[in-house]
Amino acid sequence: MVKITSPAFKRNAARALGDAGLQKALGKAKGAFLQRRAEAVARLPEFEALRDVGRDIKNHTLANLDVYLETYAANVERAGGTVHWCSTAEEARAAVLEICRRAGARTVTKGKSMISEEIALNDHLERHGIAPVETDLGEYIIQLRGEHPSHIIAPAFHLNREDWEADFRRMHTDLPADRVFHERRDILAEARTKLRERFLAADVGITGANFLIAETGSSVIVTNEGNGDLTQTLPRVHIALASIEKVVPTLEDTCTLLRLLARSATGQDFSVYTTFSTGARRPGDLDGPEEYHVVLIDNGRSNMIGTEFQEMLRCIRCAACMNHCPVYGVTGGHAYGWVYPGPMGSVLTPSLVGVDKAGHLPNASTFCGKCESVCPVKIPLPKMMRHWREREFERHLTPAAARRNLGLWAWFAKRPGMYRLATRAAVGALRLLGRGRGAFRSLPLAGGWTAGRDLPVPEGGTFMARYAKMQRGR
Amino acid sequence: MSRQAILSAIRRGLKRGPLPADQRAMIEGRLATHPRHLIPARSRLPRPGQVALFIRNVEKEFGTVARVAAAQDIPAAIADYLAAQNLPSRFALAPHPELTGLPWSSRPMLEFEARRAEATDAVAVQHGFAGIAETGTLMLPSDPARPTTLNILADTGIVVLRASRIVGAYEDAWDWLRAERTDPLTGGFVPRNVMFVTGPSRSADIEQTLELGAHGPRRLHIILLDDDPAALPAA
Repeated sequence: MVKITSPAFKRNAARALGDAGLQKALGKAKGAFLQRRAEAVARLPEFEALRDVGRDIKNHTLANLDVYLETYAANVERAGGTVHWCSTAEEARAAVLEICRRAGARTVTKGKSMISEEIALNDHLERHGIAPVETDLGEYIIQLRGEHPSHIIAPAFHLNREDWEADFRRMHTDLPADRVFHERRDILAEARTKLRERFLAADVGITGANFLIAETGSSVIVTNEGNGDLTQTLPRVHIALASIEKVVPTLEDTCTLLRLLARSATGQDFSVYTTFSTGARRPGDLDGPEEYHVVLIDNGRSNMIGTEFQEMLRCIRCAACMNHCPVYGVTGGHAYGWVYPGPMGSVLTPSLVGVDKAGHLPNASTFCGKCESVCPVKIPLPKMMRHWREREFERHLTPAAARRNLGLWAWFAKRPGMYRLATRAAVGALRLLGRGRGAFRSLPLAGGWTAGRDLPVPEGGTFMARYAKMQRGR
Repeated sequence: MSRQAILSAIRRGLKRGPLPADQRAMIEGRLATHPRHLIPARSRLPRPGQVALFIRNVEKEFGTVARVAAAQDIPAAIADYLAAQNLPSRFALAPHPELTGLPWSSRPMLEFEARRAEATDAVAVQHGFAGIAETGTLMLPSDPARPTTLNILADTGIVVLRASRIVGAYEDAWDWLRAERTDPLTGGFVPRNVMFVTGPSRSADIEQTLELGAHGPRRLHIILLDDDPAALPAA
């Protein structure tokens, strides 16, 4: 499994805030995603209605997940493919390695896949003498740098152009050292040339899957570069990695979710390549793989069904939640310490690796609710982060000081008179202290809290005082 | 073994055993009828409007379109495009009867082989199964006459599409495939591969800034054969 640094989220976040290169990259990238999504949504009047339909399709599928998985697997096999059911990451790694070994593979090309990160497939293949080559442009540089993706659809979100140029010079030593990258497209062209050789030499191609379709036994990938298609078309063997919640019933269900996916992710009306793969090469076909395998991975997801976290399995991995998250926007993805960053990661990571390790993540939220408001399948992310906080508290994982303060707050909250008195006093004191300032950078006795946050100086009175005034004014 | 473990864990979570027969029949009914959901109104247009929307969306996504009035004009349209782009006049051609049967001798400078694409091909000419107006998307199902490599391997992709094959929504294109194709292996309608292609290849992985020409074609050119009188623009 990928090393988990989620327990060190606070330290990771502090480091991220002080990382000038990261802050520059985040500053550049953030606005673009938001604007493009907003424009794409504005172009489609039905978008809001489609979110409800998308949610309902996923809910229906999850309520019948066993049936749809069985139907899907039967249809893959009818089309000459093989489904490898894997409960754990270990089983999935072993299944992939076994297929590669039987194919006599020395190199495998890879399309972008987060489940591959989750099961730490590359390390495993390398340890067994097989060279995995990431072919998505962002994944390619991440692999050159020995890093992990910092974003689920834009793996190199944390890098600047200078980083690309420096890494390409460092790694592509057969090219003239004094070559000039005039434009971003020169960087792209170099990667294209380098990877072309790899595509043609690979023995096995490994992709992820955005959807699995029960009706047809198809796996679907969505890309803009075309790397996924070269990966799954040219080698003799294609392996699709997919987690169990990727299944949807029909092509029509898939069409609806596709209308939501690209708009929510990159703000495109549709991605450049949306490809449905069903089994291996047919009689008479002139190209395509001769073997088609699906490695179907649970890795903790079935345990989420029937719990308050079941709705998380609706996620279609568009990344809108992290693109719109004020916390992700300043810490970047690596601070979250595992595979999935941002709000969806703050809910999913504790489910998959344990709240004891990932408890900081659901706490790293302002509960502004933006993530839920842009989620294409309406996952109530803030509510589920709150559930995790409750579980953390029940299991006594919350630090003693926080528990004490929560206890203190609860004492007041149960005594409205005292609560009003105390908040009035606090607001008054803070206003006095904060005169002429917009926000506190630090506060006595709250150093732990203000170390990573600013507290706005209160404007006007307490909520109750203002509410009462408003009522009187009616 | 894992299969049973996964299915049991799901059923445990759902607090039930295997789905009762009546509910299972409902699921099978849904799969058999594959009902459509809400389809955006933008592509529900009269024929000329639908074709115009298709072209507009292809161009919005950085593709190009040339309309030809008759099939015999297609070789000239390909020759003109290649010349205008300074591209070699050699290409791999989809071995589809609608393409191999064209009057190629009218353009003797064009050299082609009817086959899959190879890494050395600079240009590939594919046969379009359907065009989807909603987003300017081509539907390219694999077939002995429509190899997948022609979609992705060459630097320049040309697709010949009949205007009568332009539909409004993705669902309409799937309906055609359901109706028209029988798979030699499964007896169903789904081929090994179906690609939806919307414009040329691109990436925004460097500083989230869009650049054309990642791993697939840098150029996507559609030759649209106006074989549908109802779809012609008003004179």
